[in-house]
Amino acid sequence: MSEPILGVENLVKYFPVRSGLLHRISGYVKAVDGVSFDVQPGEIFGLVGESGSGKSTVAKTVVQLYELTSGKIHFKGKDVTRLSKQTSKWFRREAQMVFQDPRSSLNPRRSIASTLEDPLIIYGIAKSRREREKIIRTLLQQVEMSSRYMYKYPSALSGGQRQRVAIARALAVNPSFLALDEPTSALDVSVQAKLIGLFVRLKEELNLSYLFITHNLSLIRTIATRAAVMYVGRIYELGPVDRLFNHPVHPYTKTLIAAAPVVTQEEERVKPRQMSKEGEVPSPVTPPSGCAFHPRCQLADSVCAEKLPELTEIELGHFVRCHHVALSTADEGSSE
Amino acid sequence: MTERPVLLDIRDLHVWFRVYEGLSKVLDGVSLHVREAERVGLVGETGCGKTVAMKAAMGTLKSPPALFPAGEVLLTGKDVLKMSPAEILNMKGKTIAMIFQDPLSSLNPVFTIGQQMFDVIRYGHRRTSNGKRPTRAQLRSSAVEALASVRLPDPERMLKSYPLELSGGMRQRALIAMALVNRPRLLIADEPGTALDVTVQAQILNLLKALVKDAGIAVLMITHDLGVVREIAERVYIMYAGQVVETGPAAEILDAPQHPYTQGLLASVPRLTGGVLAEGIPGTVPDYTEAPSGCRFHPRCPHQMDRCVQRKPSLAETSTGRLVSCYLYSEETDE
Repeated sequence: MSEPILGVENLVKYFPVRSGLLHRISGYVKAVDGVSFDVQPGEIFGLVGESGSGKSTVAKTVVQLYELTSGKIHFKGKDVTRLSKQTSKWFRREAQMVFQDPRSSLNPRRSIASTLEDPLIIYGIAKSRREREKIIRTLLQQVEMSSRYMYKYPSALSGGQRQRVAIARALAVNPSFLALDEPTSALDVSVQAKLIGLFVRLKEELNLSYLFITHNLSLIRTIATRAAVMYVGRIYELGPVDRLFNHPVHPYTKTLIAAAPVVTQEEERVKPRQMSKEGEVPSPVTPPSGCAFHPRCQLADSVCAEKLPELTEIELGHFVRCHHVALSTADEGSSE
Repeated sequence: MTERPVLLDIRDLHVWFRVYEGLSKVLDGVSLHVREAERVGLVGETGCGKTVAMKAAMGTLKSPPALFPAGEVLLTGKDVLKMSPAEILNMKGKTIAMIFQDPLSSLNPVFTIGQQMFDVIRYGHRRTSNGKRPTRAQLRSSAVEALASVRLPDPERMLKSYPLELSGGMRQRALIAMALVNRPRLLIADEPGTALDVTVQAQILNLLKALVKDAGIAVLMITHDLGVVREIAERVYIMYAGQVVETGPAAEILDAPQHPYTQGLLASVPRLTGGVLAEGIPGTVPDYTEAPSGCRFHPRCPHQMDRCVQRKPSLAETSTGRLVSCYLYSEETDE
């Protein structure tokens, strides 16, 4: 494998919980608790999980919208864990983010042109007004939008168009890496399909790499090369999507795939057997001991409740965090 | 399958709204029916008119601004559009119940689950037992029974909880319990579980399916999620821009869609089995104040013909139980 564009090592992000009159720190939300992965150049790396699994926190910490609690982040071979003034400016141009809800990530009182102008001014990309206007036209062209929207406001745009503007804003500073946090979840499927096509084209044209976060497994299956499954702040399985979907090993991964709503019979047939008991995602304030999935897991025994299993490589590039790897793999045959 | 009697019958419903820009012609001749104990899906993307159709069925569309130039909504044979407010209220308690997408916003945060359940039970009681008020003990026992039926742990304690103390999945369960406690004949579910995580959503859908099956309650499920439809519905209506474009058995339509819109829609859904994703459907949903003539999908349709522009194709049978509104499948000619 070549040098990764992004390397994340043992990333930890705790949020303090304050309570009482003096707002003393009374505990921590362990949103991300030791996450390691890397993104290769030109890759779409998927991060899947349910709400509260910490996937959005990973994205925001990676692009340093949050300050990390501990861990290391490397970007293009440079250590960007603690940003100095110089590296900050460089890193923030290189790594950009697109959020889920374009309604709240765009300022309703500013026109599209004015929204897209900001990064150009801040980074001194274009000095004159005319230059900026030219760049904004190109940006809109890149996201396949007509330049007649330039002086419109977000309220005049549809959800899909707003998200295109948000993408254009991220592209304004010529980044090489985008963290996409559920960029299509708020949209209808036919609109989502168009945006996904755009993401793939942009990646090729502009040599981008993506960290793609979603709860939609089918979407990850379709576009990502590798993916990690997160649960309550940790990665429980990581591997190439083909492996992950054809031979899921962790009971949680199986549960997640089995629960995914699908449209065709063919998909129904490839689903693994459901591995969970009824229950919901635990709160990251009081995560279960040991393996966080153990209260819902059908394979769980006393070891699972006591000891957190290690993330182990069971095959080249395929990592699983489970005490019962052998058991879960053996089960595979019966589910097919 | 023996044909069960029709419970809800929407016939050629047109709904218009008077808006600033003119007349917004939202529903353009929608016909759909739900039989007793049948699970039906109404599927369409944002703004296709599925919520308007549902509100019309519930009798909650205010007129004005809504106009009903044509069509009728028959619920157990009576036209909802012609009912007095009192009759509508009566119908809502007894025949129809609803659950919504976001369980938090449909529960009152300042009352306990118990208080809210008692209200619902009292309301249903008034409709059935000629004004005789249920006793406290009766209220409690039916509430506890209802909460237990949706497999909520410790129903007694649940009665004393406030909505904020429950998780999303538990709230949705409580809402389902409330909707079913008065034994309605039709349950209208508007995107239930979409706000929940997939594993929880799967649990809720399974529960809902089991409950309505046992109790013989009909379900009209309104959703944009084709996967959810496959889980729940036996029959499905696909809506586009205020028209029903295709209807038939859910699994058949999802496995082999026939209307060009349904085909485009399904090709846009990423698959668990992978494969290349089609690039959606060209164009955008039309503005209802100047909706396209004829088949409203024609400006975006790859198979557009002259007659598509002139006249809306009627729903024609293409195979057993499948109706498609498209000239590709009908021999209809212009007279």
